[in-house]
Amino acid sequence: MNTLIYTSVLGFFCMLAEIMNLRKLIIPVLVLGLAIIFGLNMNDWNLNQSYFNNMLKVDNFSVAFSGLAIFVTLLVFILSTDYYENQQNHISDYMTILTFILVGALMMFSFANLTMLFLGIETLSISLYVMAGSKRFDVRSNEAGFKYFLMGSFASCFLLFGIALIFGSTGSFDLAKIADYTIQNQQNISPMFYTGMVLIVFAMLFKVSAAPFHFWAPDVYEGSPALITAYMSTLVKIAAFGAFYKLMSVTFFYTSFKAELILNIAAILTLAVGNLMALAQTNFKRLLAYSGISHAGYMMLIILSAKNQPAGALFYYSLAYALSTIAAFAIAIPVFSAAKSEDIDTFNGLGKKNPVAAAAMSMAMLGLAGIPPFAGFLGKYYIFTEALHSNYFYTTLVAIFASMIGVYYYFKVIIAMYGKPANEANVELTFNFKLVLWVCLALSLAFGLYPAPILNIF
Amino acid sequence: MLSLTLLSIPLLASLLLLFSRGAMSRNLALVFTLVQLGFTIFAYTVFKAEGAGPFDYMQNWSAKPFINVHLSMDGMSLLMVMLTNVLLPLIVLSGYNRETNRMHVFYSLMLFMQFALNGVFMAFDGFIYYIFWELALIPIYFIAFNWGGENRAKVTLKFFIYTLAGSLLMLFGFLFLYNGSPANSLEWSSLVANPSCSCNQSWLFWLFFIAFAIKIPIVPFHTWQPDTYQSAPTQGTMLLSGIMLKMGTYSLIRWLLPIVPAGVQEWQPLVIALCVGGVVYASIIAIMQRDMKRLLAYSSIAHVGLISAGIFALNRSGIQGSLVQMVSHGLTVVGLFFCADIIFNRTKHEEIEGLGGVRLAAPKFAAWFLIIVLGSVALPLTSGFVGEFMLLFGVYQYNTWLSIFAGLTIILGAVYMLRMYQKVVLGKAIKENMVFPDLMWNEKIVLVSIGVMIFALGLFPNPIIELTEPILKTIIK
Repeated sequence: MNTLIYTSVLGFFCMLAEIMNLRKLIIPVLVLGLAIIFGLNMNDWNLNQSYFNNMLKVDNFSVAFSGLAIFVTLLVFILSTDYYENQQNHISDYMTILTFILVGALMMFSFANLTMLFLGIETLSISLYVMAGSKRFDVRSNEAGFKYFLMGSFASCFLLFGIALIFGSTGSFDLAKIADYTIQNQQNISPMFYTGMVLIVFAMLFKVSAAPFHFWAPDVYEGSPALITAYMSTLVKIAAFGAFYKLMSVTFFYTSFKAELILNIAAILTLAVGNLMALAQTNFKRLLAYSGISHAGYMMLIILSAKNQPAGALFYYSLAYALSTIAAFAIAIPVFSAAKSEDIDTFNGLGKKNPVAAAAMSMAMLGLAGIPPFAGFLGKYYIFTEALHSNYFYTTLVAIFASMIGVYYYFKVIIAMYGKPANEANVELTFNFKLVLWVCLALSLAFGLYPAPILNIF
Repeated sequence: MLSLTLLSIPLLASLLLLFSRGAMSRNLALVFTLVQLGFTIFAYTVFKAEGAGPFDYMQNWSAKPFINVHLSMDGMSLLMVMLTNVLLPLIVLSGYNRETNRMHVFYSLMLFMQFALNGVFMAFDGFIYYIFWELALIPIYFIAFNWGGENRAKVTLKFFIYTLAGSLLMLFGFLFLYNGSPANSLEWSSLVANPSCSCNQSWLFWLFFIAFAIKIPIVPFHTWQPDTYQSAPTQGTMLLSGIMLKMGTYSLIRWLLPIVPAGVQEWQPLVIALCVGGVVYASIIAIMQRDMKRLLAYSSIAHVGLISAGIFALNRSGIQGSLVQMVSHGLTVVGLFFCADIIFNRTKHEEIEGLGGVRLAAPKFAAWFLIIVLGSVALPLTSGFVGEFMLLFGVYQYNTWLSIFAGLTIILGAVYMLRMYQKVVLGKAIKENMVFPDLMWNEKIVLVSIGVMIFALGLFPNPIIELTEPILKTIIK
């Protein structure tokens, strides 16, 4: 809970900094503040306390995921110093909104009450709608913001309606009480409850960009500013999966078999759509959008087997995915700004122009493709074991085939870097980008080689 | 613990090489591969004296999912490790007197590959084995892609996806076994002791078989191979054909036969027919080839087809022969690709048709080339003969007719190899005033050591047979 409050305070500081003419201080204070909050958050490990009449519950799950979210935000903020260098007059607005995205995510990890879930999702989403459209004079950015807003509001309606129906049948918003209700009334759970549950599942599928609710993702990822895309594809996805997992494992573990077919179909579709559509992409951000959808497909396997409490697998996978994705963006952003384009072609000949960046990009791509020794491989391995353990035999097989397809499009980038003639644009990585890049890759490699502390975190 | 040393020398060397530049890195690579070779010989003496004990290394890596790092050594592993570490210095040597750009990365990748190959052969836990198996793929992909010839992007991507597809099937097989095993572990000995029920084994077999068949490659999973061998740089092709495909045949014996025994029994007739059919098919295609590297690629398919057929005959002489032939094929194929590279290096000509009369300009080269060709066509007194004889005998014990077809490989092999040799080396010099300097010092060392080893193993194959005898007894019950 302290984490949540301190982060909100940081957000308010950003707003006030504009008035007090402290613009230059915003990012240093944010980075420092987040680092401190990261440490304070760790203090809550094994605390297991609930606050505000059980609205929020701090347990190891929420502490671990909050830590990950704060870490990812920290990396993105370090990148933002250079990214927003020429947009200083809006810096306080941007940073405030970005901080509140984190606040929403923190709520989504620690909620113990469906109303808090809704508040968290809305805090995160509304901030994100604004940031997606934050390039005001760019048509695509406007389209992204508007599209995301329209579709996201629909999903929020579903969520709200689902919560209402569940309240109607159980008389409570509290996760634990709803779970008790399902156990005590095993024989006569009203259809209204199931309807509510399925509506909530639909809303969550939208938020994690699982097929067939994924249509917003490619357009929004492509249109948004690159830094926001990086933030969206890591933090927001992790937050949505954290909340989804918590719902399925804490509240609906007894009734989730009714939604099993839906989830199973969604997982298979997500794997298929994400990987097959990614094959044809020429825009790098769209490629990463579809790759993000396919990763959502792998993580759906964990949602499917949520009954067996595979939180460790979800955490490890989220970490591995976030590290590789941020590393990829830390190279992509300078490359894009040098080439004034966001196509995969902009990477052409990077292997000659900047061999270190190209090697790093290859490592990020191998990590995303799930090739050992990077953490991405072990993440997949762990997920597949859990899914097989829960007897999702065919879904796992689909996921295996999906990983094969995945290699093709990640290697498109590698081939462009080493095999195609170089273009004119000169790529230089600034210190901040290099820092983030190497921190991510080093951690990805380290957790790939020595996974025990993270794998067995819960 | 000795196994860790065997792994760490090439790994550290590969990291160190990244900080060197130019010809220095090549020299360093040679030094480190020689150190590794020396250490391997030391390991051999230790193994002879004390058995597997000093090599055993077991460490828990993760509690859930349960993973142990288990490295160990037995006769078969040691044989493969020795093959790898003997060939590596020769492959590095063959890069002298040649132009290679960004040499430090090239040789660093090569040493990393050596690290992974050693790991594959020493891993006794399914998970660790899988990791090394995949690790071996990454450096060779970048070697073939960055230093390759025409069409490299397309060819190498096909190679990568093909082999990765196979690996992922194998991964699924391992995951399934992991879930079904009583101890929830992928430990080799526990997998061997508790095989899955035979109802599952009939499809589990294919998951593993396809992974290995792609790597070997067995027809019809071979389509990536000729293109990749042709477009990769020669040293990469040597790594691929000399050592990497042995990963597949080794894994057949180490993993496939013991952990899905019922599946192997069930599919034996089909698979062995595939192997023998592949032998004949590849030999006939090899006869048609005009390009020397492609001819060698197809001849390699024919040879490894026979090796796999011997393994699937499931008798002592077949598997024993396959081990001898793996070593012999590793030596000859590296020598042959090097000879092709020497010819290409001098004449810039890859087609067999345009060449001739090399003997007149370079008699020493012609002599050593002949020895390696003879080793490849299994002339008595060469290592190829010992191997192929035992293999054919193994297949004969399984089925007489199959062995007749498999025996065609010797005849057809003689046809395409000797015809190639005749056209290229003998006969009239087709090119006027052909400039063909005779062997340089590094080429001499490589060809002489390969030639000597081919004869030595042909005369005294006993060390190999003694080394691998005990482990085969446990595999064939």
